Amino acid sequence: MTLPWIPLLTFLGVFVPALAIRGGRTVCALATATAPAVALGLVLFFYLGHDGDEVMRTSLQWLPAMGLELAFRLDGLSLLFLLLILGIGLLIILYTRYYLSEQDSMSRFYAFLMLFMTAMVGIVTSDNLLLLWGFWELTSISSFLLISFWSHETTARKGARMAMTVTGAGGLALLAGIMLIGKVVGTYDMGTVLESHDLITASPLYPAIIVLVLLGAFTKSAQFPFHFWLPHAMAAPTPVSAYLHSATMVKAGIFLMLRLHPALSGTELWTVIVTLTGLVTMVYGAWFAFLKTDLKGILAFSTISHLGLITSLLGLGNSQAMIAALFHIINHALFKASLFMAAGIIDHEAGTRDVRKLGGLYRLMPITTVLTCIATVSMAGLPPLNGFISKEMFFTEALASQQFGGLAWIVPLLAGLGGLLSVAYSLRLAYATFFRRPRQEPPKTPHEPPWPMRFPVELLVALCIIVGLVPTLPQSPILEDAVRATVSGEMPEFHLALWHGINPALLLSMAVIAGGIVLHLLHRHMMRFNRQFKPQDARYIFEGFVQRLVALCQRLIDRLENGSLQRYMFLLMAVSVLAMALGLADLDMLAGSLGQQALDPIVILGAALLIMGGVLTAALHRYRLISLLMLSVVGLVVALTFARFSAPDLALTQLSVEVVTMILLMLALFFLPQKTPKESSGARVVRDVLIATGFGGAVASLNFAVLTRDLNSISNFFIDQSVPGGGGHNVVNVILVDFRGFDTLGEITVLAIAGLAIFKLLNRLRLFMPATDMEGRLWSNDRHPTLLMVVSQTLLPLALLVSFFIFLRGHNQPGGGFIAGLITAVALILLYMSRGVEWAQQRLDFQFQPIAIAGVALSTFTGLCSWLFGYPFLTSTFDHFHLPLIGDIELASALIFDGGIYLAVVGATLMILANLGKLTTAHRPNKDMP
Amino acid sequence: MEPIMAVVIGVIYASAIYMMLRRSIVKLVIGLILISNAANLLIFTVAGMTRDAPPLIPMNGDPLGDVVADPLPQALVLTAIVIAFGVLSFAVVLIRRAYQIVRVDDLDQMKDTDT
Repeated sequence: MTLPWIPLLTFLGVFVPALAIRGGRTVCALATATAPAVALGLVLFFYLGHDGDEVMRTSLQWLPAMGLELAFRLDGLSLLFLLLILGIGLLIILYTRYYLSEQDSMSRFYAFLMLFMTAMVGIVTSDNLLLLWGFWELTSISSFLLISFWSHETTARKGARMAMTVTGAGGLALLAGIMLIGKVVGTYDMGTVLESHDLITASPLYPAIIVLVLLGAFTKSAQFPFHFWLPHAMAAPTPVSAYLHSATMVKAGIFLMLRLHPALSGTELWTVIVTLTGLVTMVYGAWFAFLKTDLKGILAFSTISHLGLITSLLGLGNSQAMIAALFHIINHALFKASLFMAAGIIDHEAGTRDVRKLGGLYRLMPITTVLTCIATVSMAGLPPLNGFISKEMFFTEALASQQFGGLAWIVPLLAGLGGLLSVAYSLRLAYATFFRRPRQEPPKTPHEPPWPMRFPVELLVALCIIVGLVPTLPQSPILEDAVRATVSGEMPEFHLALWHGINPALLLSMAVIAGGIVLHLLHRHMMRFNRQFKPQDARYIFEGFVQRLVALCQRLIDRLENGSLQRYMFLLMAVSVLAMALGLADLDMLAGSLGQQALDPIVILGAALLIMGGVLTAALHRYRLISLLMLSVVGLVVALTFARFSAPDLALTQLSVEVVTMILLMLALFFLPQKTPKESSGARVVRDVLIATGFGGAVASLNFAVLTRDLNSISNFFIDQSVPGGGGHNVVNVILVDFRGFDTLGEITVLAIAGLAIFKLLNRLRLFMPATDMEGRLWSNDRHPTLLMVVSQTLLPLALLVSFFIFLRGHNQPGGGFIAGLITAVALILLYMSRGVEWAQQRLDFQFQPIAIAGVALSTFTGLCSWLFGYPFLTSTFDHFHLPLIGDIELASALIFDGGIYLAVVGATLMILANLGKLTTAHRPNKDMP
Repeated sequence: MEPIMAVVIGVIYASAIYMMLRRSIVKLVIGLILISNAANLLIFTVAGMTRDAPPLIPMNGDPLGDVVADPLPQALVLTAIVIAFGVLSFAVVLIRRAYQIVRVDDLDQMKDTDT
């Protein structure tokens, strides 16, 4: 159960820097380091506390319907990566403290860094493929933020965007791959997937799965031809490069291949794609590392090359190759992180990282020189350091590979070539930076950095030496557990050592070193040779591609979207008509088997009125008032229809809503534009009539088709359970306040929000009342007719009484909170209309916003109360009480819920109408009085 | 009776859509009201038109008759009516604000707020 704490701790760490920065930069760094330090302790505690083979797993339900679980695991592989992520992360935090200048926002940097760390920790501990993917995407987003940290620089923004686009696109491919795996295996649970090797490889979807998953892994791990984002991501601050681009993010792709190795590998397809991609990437990266002049550029291409090396080992796929791969992951993280940090120190102290401007630094920065050279020797794969051991293992595997039959020699050839180039660029890096006579003066005179800034480099270099000299000591148990997690079947024997005797791998190594030295001496000629080729800047190609894509989309959008609402509406309607028509065309015949009811004169009258109302509303739309009157005819007849067909609740609601709607429209007519825009062209009228008729026809057919067919209703449950379960006899009301109470809660919330939004929108609205209406008639002076005044005031108590009655009986008879609320609102609005806003507000001295909010709160509160008693949200209860004189009465908790509805409806309706009404009075804002 | 009800609903839908496709924003509002009425009627009627059998369970404990109106669409429509009012008023005010900023009443020209 404590396993989720590891990602949770780092996530909590995201918020620490913002709080701690007030204490100063050192305090901020220390506070930020707390979370990963505790997490690291937790990891070690777990690791030491469990025995051997066992995999620690925890899972919490999240979205079971989607197969998504908050599931975490801790096995050897996770452990190895957790140590790298958290350990190097701590060093980076320390280094950053001295790297960032005073102008940079340290808290922001640390927050991004912790977010990234959380994502990485999440990836390596996820026990569910979908969860893993979520963290995977989070690394893309957080690395985007980190790369673009110096967002004022164009290169940083463009580099970040490129990294985000490439890795994000790869992430989408990965999601598709994961979903296919889920389809084949039937679950996203990691444990099950890892045991389903035979099932997956036998599936016809296997090639698609492989390609999609590898697309994700290759883009993340910068494999050729998706490598181009990595050199441009070097625009990031150096701690970011040291962390993301050496130890962690680029290793996420490698991790994915390792994690899914038991499930996906072992086929020819896997071997061919992964090995060849890895080898090509290795040689390609090493060649460009040799030609680069920017320190970080050299390191970036070197990283690409080493990632290629690891990838090709994963492709070879036997257990010895896996050991070599895992071992090289550790080694690469150690020497590459230290080299990046050293490059940052040089940049920081000398003001440039262009090797053409550097040189002779060994005099000025002796300690940094020694440290960097040791790490460089490790990178080159020279004895007696850790890099040498893993490179020897790599050569051994390359020489022993049998996968490509007659072409098997290609593997050691490419491996040797890559090794040769890496010796050459390592030599060049060390020589040009530290020992060559400087050709130009660097911008600043360098000196040794403060000790704590150098400390991470020292520690990592020391580890390089220790691992090189005593390879069996520290990493064996860790490495063994990691190998066990990635290799299915028996645990292979392995022995790490510097000296294996004279064997083909050693000979190859010696040849490679000699070749590398020669190539280094020929560096100038190689540069001249390279100059013949036109330089290809990936940035321009990428940006050009993006711009063409944007232009294409823009053209498409322009065609679809010209900004006219009517056009969208037309397209939407046309598509709806088409969809309905297709559905209707599938029917055998329009009329179903059900018998039809007989006509009766009242229905014919109602239908005639409805048709007349509808048609005239549209036909007389130029005469707004008459159009409105016709509209209200429709509304009233709809209410009568409800009443006729056994829906008394609906009839009551419709009737009262009709009243408020009409008041709303009268007000709207007042302040909406008085003029009508010029008429549409004849062609457009024809088009609109056609689409409207088509739509109406389709809906009519649909309605008829459904009406004449049998349908299965789920309502029997509600009817049966209404009295025993809900304690009410009015099934509609019981559904509203009980069975579907959650929906109702949502709806009154929407209503209240609409009211509040209107309140806010009108607050800033300025309105100038014209002296006359659009036809030049003066407004009536008789603002408050006496008769109406008297009647409305007399009606108010009566109306309130009626609404109270309707509210109370709602559970058993037609009525309830909605209807009662509307009646109350109408009564109050009548008062407003007859006496004017001023008069009413003096007497109704309260705000409507709190009423609406209180209503929603009351309903929510009723729902929450059921939690107190251990029931699900909104469970209702009821009981019968016997009171003297009055007799048996029933009280249900749903009544309180209904009370909330009542308040929300009253509050929202009055908020809307009273605020609109206020615009018509002297209180409205005017020009002189803003 | 079914064909008549179908035709009625179809006609109201057609009027509503015609109104919503006009260029004046006032007509858009009227169209909105019509279409919500039509939609309510549609949902209400497809569950069956039952006469004189509201879904009220007798207080004296008698069971309901065999044929009773379907309460579920009624509950859905009831909230829909109230919500439609809220949405309508919000639309009215929003349109008013847009009009104030863009200063055109013509929906065809109400394309952006940069004017």
